[in-house]
Amino acid sequence: MLNLTYILIILLLPFGNFLLLGIGSRKISQPFSGWLATLSLLVAASFSLLIAYEYFVVTGPNNGIYPSIELFRYPWLVFGTKLTIEMSWVLDSLTVMMLVVVTLISAMVHLFSLGYMKGEGRYTTYYAFLGLFTFSMLGLILAGNLFQIYIFWELVGVSSFLLIGYYFTKPTAIAAAKKAFIVTRFADLGFLMGILIISFYGETLDIATLIERLTNTTTAQSMAIQTAQWMGISALTWGLAMLFIGGAGKSAMFPLHIWLPDAMEGPTPVSALIHAATMVVAGVYLVARLFPVFQLSESILQLVTYTGIFSAFFAAIIACTQTDIKRVLAYSTMSQIGYMMFSLGIARGDDQYLGYTASLFHLFTHAFFKSLLFLGAGAVIHLIHSNEIDKMGGLRKYMPITHISFLIACLAIAGIFPFAGFFSKEEILLATYHANRPVFVMALITSALTAFYMFRLYFSIFWGKSQPTDPHHTEGTATMKIPLIVLMLCTIVVGFLPFSAWVFQGGSPLASHIDWKFSLIPLTLSGVGIVLAAYFYRKPSDRASEWALVFGGIYRAASNKFYIDEIYRWITQQILFPLVGKPFAWFDKHIIDGTVNGVGTFVGSIYYFIRGMQSGKLQDYLFYFLAGIAAWMIFFFYIWK
Amino acid sequence: MNLLVLLIVPLLAALMIILVKKESASRMISLAAALVQLVLVGWVLFQFLQSRQAMPQLLYFEQIFQWFPVWNIQFHIGVDGIAISMMILTALVVLAGVLVSWQETTLPKEFFFLLMFLSLGAYGFFMSRDIFTLFFFLELAVIPKFLLIGIWGSGQKEYSAMKLALMLMAGSALVFIGLTAIYHQAHSFDLTVLAGFQFPIGFQYLFFPLLFAGFGIFAALFPFHTWVPDGHASAPTAASMFLAGISMKLGGYGCLRVASFLMPDAAVHYAPVIIVLSTCAILYGAFVTLMQTDLKYMNAYSSVSHCGFVMLGIGVFNTTSVYGAILQMISHGLMTALFFAAIGMIYQRTHTRKVAELGGLLANLPFISTVFVLAGLCSLGLPGLSGFVAEMTVFVGSWENTATWVRIATLLSCASIVVTAVYILRATGKAIMGPLQQAYASLTDAVWYEKMAAVFLLTGIFVMGIAPFLIQYITGDEAAAIINAGAQTLIKK
Repeated sequence: MLNLTYILIILLLPFGNFLLLGIGSRKISQPFSGWLATLSLLVAASFSLLIAYEYFVVTGPNNGIYPSIELFRYPWLVFGTKLTIEMSWVLDSLTVMMLVVVTLISAMVHLFSLGYMKGEGRYTTYYAFLGLFTFSMLGLILAGNLFQIYIFWELVGVSSFLLIGYYFTKPTAIAAAKKAFIVTRFADLGFLMGILIISFYGETLDIATLIERLTNTTTAQSMAIQTAQWMGISALTWGLAMLFIGGAGKSAMFPLHIWLPDAMEGPTPVSALIHAATMVVAGVYLVARLFPVFQLSESILQLVTYTGIFSAFFAAIIACTQTDIKRVLAYSTMSQIGYMMFSLGIARGDDQYLGYTASLFHLFTHAFFKSLLFLGAGAVIHLIHSNEIDKMGGLRKYMPITHISFLIACLAIAGIFPFAGFFSKEEILLATYHANRPVFVMALITSALTAFYMFRLYFSIFWGKSQPTDPHHTEGTATMKIPLIVLMLCTIVVGFLPFSAWVFQGGSPLASHIDWKFSLIPLTLSGVGIVLAAYFYRKPSDRASEWALVFGGIYRAASNKFYIDEIYRWITQQILFPLVGKPFAWFDKHIIDGTVNGVGTFVGSIYYFIRGMQSGKLQDYLFYFLAGIAAWMIFFFYIWK
Repeated sequence: MNLLVLLIVPLLAALMIILVKKESASRMISLAAALVQLVLVGWVLFQFLQSRQAMPQLLYFEQIFQWFPVWNIQFHIGVDGIAISMMILTALVVLAGVLVSWQETTLPKEFFFLLMFLSLGAYGFFMSRDIFTLFFFLELAVIPKFLLIGIWGSGQKEYSAMKLALMLMAGSALVFIGLTAIYHQAHSFDLTVLAGFQFPIGFQYLFFPLLFAGFGIFAALFPFHTWVPDGHASAPTAASMFLAGISMKLGGYGCLRVASFLMPDAAVHYAPVIIVLSTCAILYGAFVTLMQTDLKYMNAYSSVSHCGFVMLGIGVFNTTSVYGAILQMISHGLMTALFFAAIGMIYQRTHTRKVAELGGLLANLPFISTVFVLAGLCSLGLPGLSGFVAEMTVFVGSWENTATWVRIATLLSCASIVVTAVYILRATGKAIMGPLQQAYASLTDAVWYEKMAAVFLLTGIFVMGIAPFLIQYITGDEAAAIINAGAQTLIKK
């Protein structure tokens, strides 16, 4: 049952949407295009679920291991005898898990957008771009070739650009779209370099072959990549570091995170799909996909771990101070991806692959509750027409479904039993506890902060002072409520899935059980966070602003995002443009072109000189004639002899 | 299949344009000729693939006429996979060029006459197997450009036309010295004969730079690139498209087919110089592009940067990189022609090319804006469009050279993809996106001939970007053959 047809259907439905709606964006009428896209995505999502069911339940593991099924392979671009970009679609447990996440969330976002985007000018184009994104993201996760990942990696990047810049007349949206593309492009340069390095020594671009060759220390490729050095660091480490830069850029890890908060300028459903659930976890996916290779370099694992934990902590602090609802969620996304990253970083051999499973489990659960949070935020913004939490308050009466689903998502992200986030976060913390204590402590603190800022958001929106709202406005259409309900149910249920029996590394699944004694600590800390948030924000008071004064400088720095954007702006505006671009342009105009013009002028002056001789005056010609004879005579008589 | 037909069609069209009295008929004749050319090239391709399948040979549809027996100059024509792919490029660009000039009102007869002559030169160049014939066609393509810019151009057109013509003539002069020297050494102009000839090493070291720099000027080799921005900025749209889409490829093709192919030892010897110069062109060109405020200057400097990849591929001189150079020639030809077409359409409507004065065009020029964005995305190497395929092949090929400094050059070249993204998005963000400016509120979108022009070029870009294996199938192992010729002489030594 697991064959190419299913995958082709899943891939071609969104791509067909893109082609049809993109080309016919002016011809196809408004509700029709949206429904067409939504229905086809629902079909794709059902096929994904079917595949997952087939793969995990019906077919099941073979000798304890889920097989990697290659469905298709075609040489797309042959570089030479060794390196070829082959389009190959591969199904393994990681891929199947991602398939479900991407198609399901995408379908929900399509559905939600029917109501949310109603009446927007470029409605059909919007669905076309959503189709392009979904197709690219699916291509990314199904890719069996390293370069193929890069291809779809770039395509998701451009779809992200197009969707962030959807409101193309809005200067902030344009700036955000450009920023997102350029920052990730910069990171992609690292990815490209990483591919060049790794594939040169691995002599293949095929991921499975690459892993096989590099992990086996006796192969020539493995020896070559370990021994080749540059600046005292092995080629393997260089290559992996570069790949990780690519992943860190897409996954908004510090210091390449600056594009993510700005990307919230896009329509909110887009943020839910791209900048919360799917594209931003591509970096995590990349590391997970090449996990056995990453295992070969201890220093890179350290890099992954500390980048992850720092980003998680850093983003959590900023999230506590932001007042834009979507920006809070964006920083929270960054923070949660940080969890996934460091969890991969601390996963080592000796039965310590728990971090790997935990990381992907968190990716899985996070996709549901974070997209739910974003869609909830979308519903709120749809009602209030503002992103600022100051303008919200007391909304629980007006939008009960949004309220309940948002609350459950907040509980989930705070890691409260029995919601999805509890299970995955618990696993991550447990794995970290055994592997790295300082990181564990940081992770605990971040977890408490997460509970605090999420409930700050929750109480500010749904409790506190009731704001006057337009009575005509309601919670939204049924198409907006259904996705909230579906995702809410997912958030409640998915934690109980036997995930660790499905997605694992190292040959055999790890027994997963909840260690209640251990869980007590994070649960208590999250509880403290929630209580604090309630103390500050449940009722209108000055408590929060008083405490902000206590923190003073730190608070101001955090609310200004620690001035990272300013640093980037300074580098580009004060260094790159005036100190590189301008001198180059000057050099080109004055030195190179100056030389060309100089040659021209020089030749021209010779011409004027010679022209002056052809004066038409007889006495001049007589003079030249006699002078010529004299010259020849001198030459013959004195020099030649 | 007689290749002469491809020369006769533009020639005939040019003659008819002169003879026909009605001025508006000239564009119909040109369009018909361009379409016929496209069909013919398609037919050549089809026949070529068939006969290759039946029996692979070195050259297809070969014909030799004695032209000037005293000097052993033959009119020797024939094609292989690379030549055919360049001819497909030519056919597409010519067709698009004719279409965008549909509303040319100043001296339309002369304008289309020159366009036809340019295409004649390009086809002749790509099918020549005799380097004298090749040189003849190269020259044939220079003069029309001078006139096109000088008469139909804008801005400081006399200066630009003169600069372009003189710099290209200087390149031709260098090439001519090289050719004469080759003849003096081998007593033949025939590429097939010369391929088997072993040039003394001292001879190669002396004359390779002349030939390479000569052709290099055509291909905007740094630092001989300054004709490009001025020339393009002043040229009318179709001339820009021809110039960047075809003429610059004549240079790259010449570097590859004549200079590096005949003198592989020198190509290897001078590789460091070529690699350094092309890396300069790539990165420096990209940074200079960043500072441009005029769309045409922007695309012209971006062409310098992109043609650097062609030179880098040829300079590194291994199978993958040379293949990448060929791909980049085709890709850049299509992409930059499309870009100039889009800029021309915008200019025709807004009468400005200054990025700062444009804004919000997407609102009422959706088609043109989409074309502009697609050309830009191709330029920044988005997968699915042709630029990605070509650039990645050059990168991978260049990376195969393990010398540390080549590695650094490769990485610096890779870094240009970020700079490219910056300037493309800056222009897009300002001109295409943004609030609609009142002055442009009443503009109308592309009409049929503009749409057709864009669609033809886009088809090429998409086909190459989505199915690069098709181009690979057409070119076959030609790149390997060029390298092998070099490798064999190295082994013989």
